[in-house]
Amino acid sequence: MKTRAFAYPYLAWMTLFVIAPIILVVVYAFSAAGGGFTFSNFSGIAAYSAVFLRSFALAGIATAACLLLGYPLAYVLSKEKPRLQRVLVMLIMLPMWMNFLLRTYALMTILENTGLLNKFLALLGLPQLNIINTPGAVVIGMVYNYLPFMVLPIYSVIVKLDRSLIEAAQDLGASPDRCFTRVVFPLSLPGILSGITMVFVPAVSTFVISQLLGGGKSMMLGDLIEMEFLGTSYNPHLGSAIALVMMIVVVICMRLMNKFGSGEEQAVIL
Amino acid sequence: MSKELIRLSNVTMAFDGETVLDDLNLYFNDKEFLTLLGPSGCGKTTTLRIIGGFLVPTSGDVYFDGVRINDVPPYKRKVNTVFQKYALFPHMDVYENVAFGLRIPKEEDGGGTDGSKKKKIRLSNQEIDERVQEMLGVVSLKGFEHRSVSSLSGGQQQRVAIARALVNRPKVLLLDEPLGALDMRLRKDMQQELKRIQQQLEITFIYVTHDQEEALAMSDTVVVMNEGRIQQIGTPEDIYNEPKNAFVADFIGESNIVDGIMREDRVVEIFGRKFSCVDAGFAPDEPVDVVIRPEDVDIVDLKSGALTGTVTSVTFKGMHYDIIVDFKGFKWLIETTDFCPVGARIGIKIDPDGFHIMKKSQYSGMYGDYSSYSAEYDEIGDAEYVEGEEEAPEAEE
Repeated sequence: MKTRAFAYPYLAWMTLFVIAPIILVVVYAFSAAGGGFTFSNFSGIAAYSAVFLRSFALAGIATAACLLLGYPLAYVLSKEKPRLQRVLVMLIMLPMWMNFLLRTYALMTILENTGLLNKFLALLGLPQLNIINTPGAVVIGMVYNYLPFMVLPIYSVIVKLDRSLIEAAQDLGASPDRCFTRVVFPLSLPGILSGITMVFVPAVSTFVISQLLGGGKSMMLGDLIEMEFLGTSYNPHLGSAIALVMMIVVVICMRLMNKFGSGEEQAVIL
Repeated sequence: MSKELIRLSNVTMAFDGETVLDDLNLYFNDKEFLTLLGPSGCGKTTTLRIIGGFLVPTSGDVYFDGVRINDVPPYKRKVNTVFQKYALFPHMDVYENVAFGLRIPKEEDGGGTDGSKKKKIRLSNQEIDERVQEMLGVVSLKGFEHRSVSSLSGGQQQRVAIARALVNRPKVLLLDEPLGALDMRLRKDMQQELKRIQQQLEITFIYVTHDQEEALAMSDTVVVMNEGRIQQIGTPEDIYNEPKNAFVADFIGESNIVDGIMREDRVVEIFGRKFSCVDAGFAPDEPVDVVIRPEDVDIVDLKSGALTGTVTSVTFKGMHYDIIVDFKGFKWLIETTDFCPVGARIGIKIDPDGFHIMKKSQYSGMYGDYSSYSAEYDEIGDAEYVEGEEEAPEAEE
């Protein structure tokens, strides 16, 4: 088939910028500073198990929050008139058109101890909140940045749901609640799974959010890896090993999650 | 005979100011097989959706067993629907699809309208299993319990949809063009199957279709609809033999419809010639529409023919020929077993009971002329044409 040729540019791109780097990471992870094969990089990771735990915990909480906020939003959205839907979808995407860093800085000025949020609370005579530089601020930052990635896949699945299936459920005696739990929700699982993947994977490896909002106190895997490659404790071998382990854990997580879906209802990973 | 179960009383339905149903009055008897028949856009599906509870009429009332149910949501109605595209749940297997309605706890029936004391009844798994198995037996799908619905053929999916609706033992089953997506042979089988199920379970079937053959073959009562109004209600025989207006005559079967004048009781004049017929009760010299079914015309030799015309086209249909005959510019469709070549001059004879006289209506002059025969034939063919197996080959000589 001649049309296969159209895929070659991407193939070249993928080889150069995806496959080759992964091979490099693997090579680095299994080699010592002076060259030669070693497992010692992996034993070095044990010291950072707290960072691993924190990263997965914070990313998990943020993903759960995105799902709890995003699913109802997507569901309500899909019920609106088509014109309003288009406007609302655009509003949800709007923040994504702004620079990621800028958005996080903006959030910083809101959450600061003397920031907009606390000024507003003071105005209402409410007690001040100390959010900035806590894990909570990191989670808020993640939710803020990644929420659209949860809403959009769920919305696109629900909006395409065959209306007649809902009518069939009602026709067979299912109340609106039962109709939701037995038909709408199970059929929106593919959207939920890809939403979870699209939020959890970037969240677990993020580094800017934790630095800006967590104040360096809640170091995450992304920060750790950055530090090993660019920072003070320069050690690309250890950094590669950490990156590799993180990748494997993420893949395992996704695979476990896909057990909830069957057949086509799987998330994008593997 | 049987008692009335559902009544639509002065039901009007409008979408965005466009009237889809216009002051409909219709009742449905218990254990009846009733078909709503009409071309697309005639309001038949809208009527069905009003009964199912998916639409609330703009004005008018819906009664079930004498109780007004306008505001009762679909899930509280004792009717079940077989949807046009089956609407089977793709995330459940055949068994779970059929069991869906049974797994829903039901509020106890009776005990008046005291809302506070309603007890939820839940069927035991054993009971559910018995009823699912029984229903799979009725639709001949035993052994398919754990197949996924997407792996089934159209006809099998259709039967799952029927089982899923019937397992709830509804008083009324609504069927929205359920055989529309099946090929011709399967359709004929399913028609008989549906009729058998209806008689076996003694349930009211309200069936929507645009296929007149299907309607005639299955129904106890046919309701012909057009433009949001009922054109005629009657048994299949009534509808075919005594159509009320030109629309019904044309929609049900093939009809030649010509202008005539009722000269006196049992005498009608067409093409300037008087014929004796069996109809009476019209005013003297009243203009009327005269229906002559293609099979009621006899071809005779030129001399003994009451009318003479020229054959302009011949189509071999297997059992007979469809020929188009030109009578003074008006083209008739005639069914005959005698072969008449194109261009032949023939005479025709019509027995008195071959004429059916109708009062003039808004549809007068719109139907029943076969001048553009091939175009009309295509249009009729569309409704039934599925995979070409039913199309008769053209006569080749």
